Amino acid sequence: MGNPAGLVKAAPWKDPGVRPYVEIEHLTKSFGDFKAVDDVSLRIYKGEIFCLLGPSGCGKTTLLRMLGGFETPTSGRILIDGEDMTGVPPYERPVNMMFQSYALFPHMTVEQNVAFGLKQDRVPKVEIAERVAAMLALVKLDGLARRKPHQLSGGQRQRVALARALVKRPKLLLLDEPLGALDKKLREHTQFELISLQDQLGVTFVVVTHDQEEAMTLAGRIGVMNHGEIVQAGTPTEIYEFPTSRYVADFIGSVNIFEGKLVEDEPEYVRIRSDELGGTIYVSHGISAAPEATVWAAVRPEKIFMSTSAPASADNAAHGVVQDIAYLGDLSIYRVKLDSGKVVRVTRPNTTRHAESITWDQPVFLSWDATSPVVLTT
Amino acid sequence: MNARRSFFVLTALAFGFAFLYLPILSMVVFSFNASKLVTVWDAANSPTLKWYRALLDNEEILGAAWISLKVGVINACGAVILGTLAGFGLARFRRFRGRFTLSAMTTAPLVMPEVITGLSLLLLFVALEQAIGWPAGRGVTTMTIAHMTFSMAYVTVVVQSRLSSFDISLEEAAMDLGAPPVKVFFVITLPIIFPAILAGWLLAFTLSWDDLVISSFTSGPASSTLPMVVFSKVRLGVSPEINVLATLTITVVTTMIVGASLWMARLEKAASGAPET
Repeated sequence: MGNPAGLVKAAPWKDPGVRPYVEIEHLTKSFGDFKAVDDVSLRIYKGEIFCLLGPSGCGKTTLLRMLGGFETPTSGRILIDGEDMTGVPPYERPVNMMFQSYALFPHMTVEQNVAFGLKQDRVPKVEIAERVAAMLALVKLDGLARRKPHQLSGGQRQRVALARALVKRPKLLLLDEPLGALDKKLREHTQFELISLQDQLGVTFVVVTHDQEEAMTLAGRIGVMNHGEIVQAGTPTEIYEFPTSRYVADFIGSVNIFEGKLVEDEPEYVRIRSDELGGTIYVSHGISAAPEATVWAAVRPEKIFMSTSAPASADNAAHGVVQDIAYLGDLSIYRVKLDSGKVVRVTRPNTTRHAESITWDQPVFLSWDATSPVVLTT
Repeated sequence: MNARRSFFVLTALAFGFAFLYLPILSMVVFSFNASKLVTVWDAANSPTLKWYRALLDNEEILGAAWISLKVGVINACGAVILGTLAGFGLARFRRFRGRFTLSAMTTAPLVMPEVITGLSLLLLFVALEQAIGWPAGRGVTTMTIAHMTFSMAYVTVVVQSRLSSFDISLEEAAMDLGAPPVKVFFVITLPIIFPAILAGWLLAFTLSWDDLVISSFTSGPASSTLPMVVFSKVRLGVSPEINVLATLTITVVTTMIVGASLWMARLEKAASGAPET
């Protein structure tokens, strides 16, 4: 799954000359002693899809609600398009939100729901009718304008909610778990629809989700949150391939983490002695850490090679026994118990229909490239 | 369900219905009785509409019915406004100074014996008249205020329970789309909880319509309500006119309830976000 077109080409967050569209400065929100959002600073650029990703209770929804104006920050401020939004009530913000429950007004038709926001702005009737019709056509709901929300399917309701939030042409659209209520097939389809819609309209999206796959598909950039803080922000590739902490490495996808001591620390390479692995890990780039420091090497399951014959190098290698196999069709997951006792997760794509069989209780050798491990110091 | 209806179930059903409706049915039948004695069926001249005609000429009963109607309607409207406000406050604001007091005071009339409510209100009205000269004497005004104090409690409970199942993000969505809070209340919240408010109105009206105890305490010389008149007449011996009055009341009430349920079912269907399953 890739990034939405147009966002890969331009990376405004790398260009210091570009002014961020949304600036969140040292934002904190406390409920009593509990800090739901803790000193978050974030810059979001025009036309981006930015995903806030984290487990439930990590503060991502609180952060979104502060952008919408439903919660008042305890300290810090939010600027949207250069304007300070602190103290501006939700009904005066150039921001619209799509709620997790969709929050469609049950006593109004689809058309009235979508027109509601424009009516509040006293847009002329003719223009309301035109814009509502155009928006309904865009989300492919033209035939259902006179239906009530309870006469719609889940996917249709999701699109009404989206149309209602987009019809006001907000500067910023907030989406709270936008696809959470849809089933898997429909969700995948809707993800791509959402991306192409965003591409057409150019509205900046901030999406909250706990589903990492959804975040990876939708987002130009992801902000991983934990305990009210943004732990790491970057493109899906950066987050997945270059996590900066064990938390991020572990939260996004699955990963094998080996604890070890730094034994050789050169500018071009490092070597880590790991008892958990029962050997040494060789990484072909330098890191900044004290010698003899405890570090963690993270290796993704798909980057581990598994074979029945011993690898050539003594580094980045281990021996173990296959403990469990999960066959998922497109790939298989192997759980290999190393001689040290640690269980390592290895995935292999099933590229042929009659793959050579590695089976339960078989001794195997694991190895990986020197570029594969990520060395983490926290 | 294809369980056979047993003899026992059918008998129980028959007895149940007989227990509930036979007295009412006998009263309806006796309203067409020609005899002046309520308990004696005059087979020769019945059925007749004689007592219906007599009722229409009875100024006292018609006047009382008019007062009852007036008090009932004003009371129901007032109780709905106050009850909705109280229910809204209690459902929405989980913590504020005096929340417990408000909650206790609004629901107190539900459990308070009517005699006590009636007596305390009478004492209040008398004291007020002496202190500030209002309300001048007892009558429709004092009765309406008294009815409102207790029927408001019922409206509060109905509205509060409806609001506790209300999805607050509907209001947030409306606000997000540019509607200020007061407008949100009238355009979103009120239409959605309208069935509960309607139910509260009907409840308040009914409570007022058949209240006797509190009305007796707070009414004045020229302001007898229908239950008061009926009660005083019954003490002097039941007149066949009462049967007629009761039959008419039952007819009106039944029609109203059936109509209101149909209307409310339609409103609920329109207002519910539930998917069709």
